[in-house]
Amino acid sequence: MTSAVQFSAVEKHYGAVRAVDGVDLSIAEGEFFAMLGPSGSGKTTCLRLIAGFERPTSGEVSIFGAAMGDVPPYRRPVNTVFQDYALFPHLNVRDNVAYGLMVAGERKRARRAAADEALELVALPGYGDRKPSELSGGQRQRVALARALVMKPKVLLLDEPLGALDLKLREQMQDELKALQRRLGITFVFVTHDQGEALSMANRVAVFNDGRIVQAGTPEDVYYRPETPFVADFVGSSNLLPPELTERLGGGRVHSALRPEAVRLTPGGHAATVTGRAFLGQSTRLTLDMDGHRITALLPRGTDLPADGETVHIGWAPGDLHLMKADA
Amino acid sequence: MRSSAPFGLKVAAIAGLLFLHLPILLIFVYAFTTEDRSYQWPPPGFTTQWFAVTWNRPDVWEALWLSVRVASISTVIALILGTLAAAAVARTRFFGRETISLLVILPIALPGIITGISLRSAFNLADIPFSFWTIVLGHATFCVVVVYNNAVARFRRISGNLIEASMDLGANGFQTFRFVILPNVATALLAGGMLAFALSFDEVIVTTFTAGQQATLPIWMLEELVRPRQRPVTNVVAMVVVLVTFLPILAAYHLTRGTDTVAGSGK
Amino acid sequence: MTTLDLSAAPRRDAAGLSERVSDALWRRPRLLIALLVLPSLAWLGIVYLGSLFALLAQSFFSIDEFSGQIRYELTLRTYAELFRAHNLDIVFRTVAMAASVTIAAAIVAFPIAYYAARYATGRWKAVFYLGVMLPLWSSYLVKVYAWKLILAKEGILNWAFESVGLMWLMDAYLSLPGIGGNSLSVSWTGTFLVFLYVWLPFMILPVQAALERVPPSMLEASGDLGARPSQTLCHVLIPLALPGIIAGSIFTFSLTLGDYIVPQIVGTSARMIGQAVYQYQGTAGNIPLAAAFAVVPILIMMVYLAVAKRKGAFDAL
Repeated sequence: MTSAVQFSAVEKHYGAVRAVDGVDLSIAEGEFFAMLGPSGSGKTTCLRLIAGFERPTSGEVSIFGAAMGDVPPYRRPVNTVFQDYALFPHLNVRDNVAYGLMVAGERKRARRAAADEALELVALPGYGDRKPSELSGGQRQRVALARALVMKPKVLLLDEPLGALDLKLREQMQDELKALQRRLGITFVFVTHDQGEALSMANRVAVFNDGRIVQAGTPEDVYYRPETPFVADFVGSSNLLPPELTERLGGGRVHSALRPEAVRLTPGGHAATVTGRAFLGQSTRLTLDMDGHRITALLPRGTDLPADGETVHIGWAPGDLHLMKADA
Repeated sequence: MRSSAPFGLKVAAIAGLLFLHLPILLIFVYAFTTEDRSYQWPPPGFTTQWFAVTWNRPDVWEALWLSVRVASISTVIALILGTLAAAAVARTRFFGRETISLLVILPIALPGIITGISLRSAFNLADIPFSFWTIVLGHATFCVVVVYNNAVARFRRISGNLIEASMDLGANGFQTFRFVILPNVATALLAGGMLAFALSFDEVIVTTFTAGQQATLPIWMLEELVRPRQRPVTNVVAMVVVLVTFLPILAAYHLTRGTDTVAGSGK
Repeated sequence: MTTLDLSAAPRRDAAGLSERVSDALWRRPRLLIALLVLPSLAWLGIVYLGSLFALLAQSFFSIDEFSGQIRYELTLRTYAELFRAHNLDIVFRTVAMAASVTIAAAIVAFPIAYYAARYATGRWKAVFYLGVMLPLWSSYLVKVYAWKLILAKEGILNWAFESVGLMWLMDAYLSLPGIGGNSLSVSWTGTFLVFLYVWLPFMILPVQAALERVPPSMLEASGDLGARPSQTLCHVLIPLALPGIIAGSIFTFSLTLGDYIVPQIVGTSARMIGQAVYQYQGTAGNIPLAAAFAVVPILIMMVYLAVAKRKGAFDAL
């Protein structure tokens, strides 16, 4: 089966800056794919390379097997939901949604019907006559979504789609986007710097750093089996243990990662001193000092909490100490 | 918090505004005076007869018509040049961007007499005879900046994403220009165009050097100022010129109100 | 909620001229920029810079004293002529006028700009904006003409002084050497007043723009720290407004340097640079000397702009 989106040795340079530095990537049809990374890691540039707003310095981007080198954005079978939504301020909501159809020469009545249908799809029926400036952030987001979906793209690109929304709305939209993607079956590619968002929504995640993909895999993969210290640190907030400590704890002489929630208080475990405590509601976060190494532990509700300065004993299940590749 | 202004400041500010406006209002009074030999104040009497006299003066009409034609064509040229340059400068960073800005502003940053005598020397050296087009050449040169300033401000406000969104939705470059860019910059261009028209309509310094025998309305007025022959007609023309230039300025103000464009900052 | 039929996605081909041109420009974004910039670059480069160059070239020619014809050989003779006493007088007189007009404009403009920037809201904001904009854009000649009416011997100003019985004061002022004259309309003071009037809006706008950017909290902080209003003015407001004042002074200074109409209509027989340029190129037919004279304001303005740039005045434009 051909990939929905394929990157082959793609590079994008801006002068001396290598924004994308040799990316190979294959996104399957129907996937909900997340590009995760800190700002400046090259994830947004990759999205823009798929949309056609940027052209690769070298390498090739193909969509459903067709090379996109000479295809401008307006002839690519992809559509984008922009981070700031980019709704046309001079058009009302309906004309915004129908814009692509208008440009394609669709008749006015058909346009209107399709636009209204798309507005219903994103749960904004009857909003067609409003101006974008009269809508809330969440509503604008839905209009932007409808405007892209009405074009029936083969791949939908979302650039930090939930970044501008408040927490509650964000969680709601996460669920809606997931449901929408399942129902429509379109390939979704979305860019985010929020690891929680990437893990909860995507089937597959590519973690970007310094213009490269450092790890790609299922959310479980990147969360439980990070291949490099960067992934372990960026995805979640793992305790990163240096090679000498890993070796002492029974691993090899490599970096290892230990999830805070995997750490338990067990008599007979490794001795550590409590240096800080923060109540988080569902759990409590303990900061510990183990032979000069800082370890964070997340203790579930109901655990007997030690006091500051107290010495405790900690341990974890054998599989929880995740060993990374030696070279990382 | 905005407290109320100190009394002295208020007085100084209002006095300043009056200083700016009373002289212009005075023109309106003089247009109705019965005195036709001197600038006597207070006017000995009031009459509207000078309006009829002015109306029947072919030389005034000729000058007016020439000014309108020069201003129209200069405005069109300035609109094209200024808009294109603004689009390039506002949208991208490229080598020589600053140079373009400087080049556009130079014709009004240097005194008008420099522009005027430069053009005149160039016409002399190149053996170009003075004509309608030599006037237009000069006017378009200093009108570009007005359009440019208005357009650049507006282009900067169009988020780059709007253009990408349009292309993303299937519009090619020309469609994007027509359906997204133009609707969003139209009022700024209209305002810039009106101000360019007003600037050209009123210009006298460069024109004296590039006009040859032809008289635009400001040239006609200048001759009257230097050697007054028909004071009442001049009074009436002055009043009409004030009214005519106020209209595009007010229109431009309404078109750019509530935006970051300062309509006149380019003059 | 309905489902979307995804089978019939609208597709398009690359046919058509506009589509092909658009493709080409997408592939070469630099070409697009070049095409956008080219017309104005060509126009201003050829028409304007070409003319400036022509002017500069003329200033290195000289006039044959017997035939009155221009001799097209490069020489510095014309510049030497510029340094004769009566020509230097013209330069100094003009610079003195430009400087005094600029200082006066800054003083008169400041309260207007400050009030408009800090205290005017809503309707008053619009009144102040248009109140500066309309005089700025209304006809230069009409404005000069209005002052000819005001300053005339039989005009409104003398009438006003007469009405309140202060004519002796006016006469005393006019008898002052240097700035006085037969009447205000043929005095240095008259020229100064008209210049101040016609260029004042050019000073108000940038000063206002600079003051708009001063956060009111900064003034409150100054007051809070114990500064009297006059101290706040001297140590906070004026320094912050300075880039705006310099930006405005570029206009008032440059425009005064090059003007020949105001001193011709309202003024003494002592000429300014603009008049000298005008007369040498016109009646005297000495284009090289006119060109050399025209180079003077260019040089002065270049120095001025360099200084202004260092003071950050361009950000206030």
